[in-house]
Amino acid sequence: MKNLKQSLAVSLWFIFLTFPLMVVKVNTTDNIVQWRWMNMLWVGLAIFALSFLWRYALARKEARQMAAMSGEDEHGKPSKMQRLFEDPAVRTKMLFGIMAFALVFPWVFDTYQSTIMISALIYVVLGLGLNITVGLAGLLDLGYVAFFAVGAYAYALLNHHFGLGFWICLPLGAVIGGIFGVILGFPILRLRGDYLAIVTLGFGMIVKVVLENWSDFSFGPSGIAQIDRPGLFGMEMNIAASTTYIYYIMIALVILTIIVTGRLKNSRIGRAWIALREDEIACVAMGIDMARTKLSAYALGACWAGMVGVMFAAKTTFINPASFTFMESAIILSIVVLGGMGSILGVILGALILILMPEYLRAFSEYRMLIFGAAMVLMMIFRPQGIISNIRQKYELKGLKEKSENV
Amino acid sequence: MSDADKQVLLEVKGLTMDFGGLRAVDTIDLSISEGEIAALIGPNGAGKTTFFNCVTGIYKPTGGDILIHPQDKPTQRINGKKPNIITELGMARTFQNIRLFSDMTVLENVMIGRHCRTKTGLTGAILRGASVRKEEQQIVEFSYHLLEKVGLTEFADEFSKNLPYGAQRRLEIARAMATEPFLLLLDEPAAGMNPQETADLVALILRIRSEETIAILLIEHDMKLVMNLSDTIHVMEYGKKIATGTPQQIKDNPKVIEAYLGEEADA
Repeated sequence: MKNLKQSLAVSLWFIFLTFPLMVVKVNTTDNIVQWRWMNMLWVGLAIFALSFLWRYALARKEARQMAAMSGEDEHGKPSKMQRLFEDPAVRTKMLFGIMAFALVFPWVFDTYQSTIMISALIYVVLGLGLNITVGLAGLLDLGYVAFFAVGAYAYALLNHHFGLGFWICLPLGAVIGGIFGVILGFPILRLRGDYLAIVTLGFGMIVKVVLENWSDFSFGPSGIAQIDRPGLFGMEMNIAASTTYIYYIMIALVILTIIVTGRLKNSRIGRAWIALREDEIACVAMGIDMARTKLSAYALGACWAGMVGVMFAAKTTFINPASFTFMESAIILSIVVLGGMGSILGVILGALILILMPEYLRAFSEYRMLIFGAAMVLMMIFRPQGIISNIRQKYELKGLKEKSENV
Repeated sequence: MSDADKQVLLEVKGLTMDFGGLRAVDTIDLSISEGEIAALIGPNGAGKTTFFNCVTGIYKPTGGDILIHPQDKPTQRINGKKPNIITELGMARTFQNIRLFSDMTVLENVMIGRHCRTKTGLTGAILRGASVRKEEQQIVEFSYHLLEKVGLTEFADEFSKNLPYGAQRRLEIARAMATEPFLLLLDEPAAGMNPQETADLVALILRIRSEETIAILLIEHDMKLVMNLSDTIHVMEYGKKIATGTPQQIKDNPKVIEAYLGEEADA
């Protein structure tokens, strides 16, 4: 009831505010004033509905928090979707379904769709890579795209000057990306929080500016064209076949990334990263080498960016510095935050949603940033832990429990 | 066993720590022997926690020597060594204001303590071979047994931030013990505990000493706990050490009464 009243008040207020804009229209040619009373009604109704929805959602959220305070934990409690995914039978079925869909995708849909999917998959890998640095180790990185650029330029330049092929450059890109990660990692070992964010932001800018201005090295803003597509034993492929081929390489890369990051997350190293995120001082006091842990997180995150950078260059066959703006870093970071920090499944979903949505909603492309921003705000208010919150691994304790009871 | 037989584990000589013009710790001498429970007491701001931070490497002391004599290992001077190295050498600590990894489970918190005693590296973690899996299983088992010791097994899969206060304190002790220290430094372990929790804590500390042969140095304001538990008490005031002795000696020491207990008598 209170919600209704308040919503009514808000809608009246908006009617008043928008009155001169929406209702009054002066026709200057005929010198008459048009009164568009219908518009007033629409504004009132729309604002009323929005406000009511908003209040209702907030109230629900507060109720949930109250429930959490009185015992039930909100964050610890997985959502319906998560519980569904925990169930092993459903899980395998779903995995098979997704795999089958992923495999037949390029045959069912046309080349255009495959291309979109490839770029989404590139962002999946980027998101998972950044997830190591930001989601697990808690090191905010606003210049992640720099490593992506490093990988892409590494392949483009090696290919242009020395004719090196894609398959040699893929691991090379990862290594070079990793090296750059360490180079960036060293000076920022002592920084945290805001300072860290600013330095990484600067690093991202530096890489872009260097690529733009050091024309002898990087061919400047005009970029590098005619980069080789990935080869398959020297077979000649038309664009459609090549796209399909790249699509499958990307699928393989995504699977590799999922396996590697999943394993790392639940290992000695992954736990050290998470401990570092939670409390730096306690972390070193427990015998964890902070320098090494931070550097490994940076290097590993950068590795994936470097590798997928090679992929990007091979896919587009043309790169220039304009592809590696701060906007890209921001999008990758949003993928991680929106998807759920530290959660692999969340990041994958986040990447697919954030990259595919704008592609399929071309009609609304003008409002893209508006929708993007609004979605971000709503997300942070109603689900700050991301689409899928990180579930910690449950360890096999059953045997141990029985053992100790028998003693 | 007389005191002379016992091996000295930690020896602090003339430790000094300056913050700008402020001398927070002033030429402190202190030593801890095997199996000893020592307490460091003093009024607020006496420099006790600063002393802890110097010994555990969080601060780099301005002057003096900190020597450790671990069993079967050569003596080492650890001034200004990194905290993780010092923990690896065998000294683990807890914190005055609890510093648990709040978004990790209780078991994982203890597993972090095993970090410096295990070896799996990046490639090992990615390939996850047989030896890595075995090590992982050992970490879980070791940590679970520690949880049994401090009585937290029922919470093993719970996030540590959801634990009751007393349990969080015990979890911190378990986490520190997971590093297999020879000396455990506890910074106000009983702060904010109710009498029942304090009694449990005393029992736990005595059990640690007898079962694990870990020496303990603790900072504490709860005088009853300190007097019951400690073999030796060191008293600090304004960064200086003003007395050392058995609980009885400290109770009768006029300097201590004046500096510390006397304040309460006046009030």
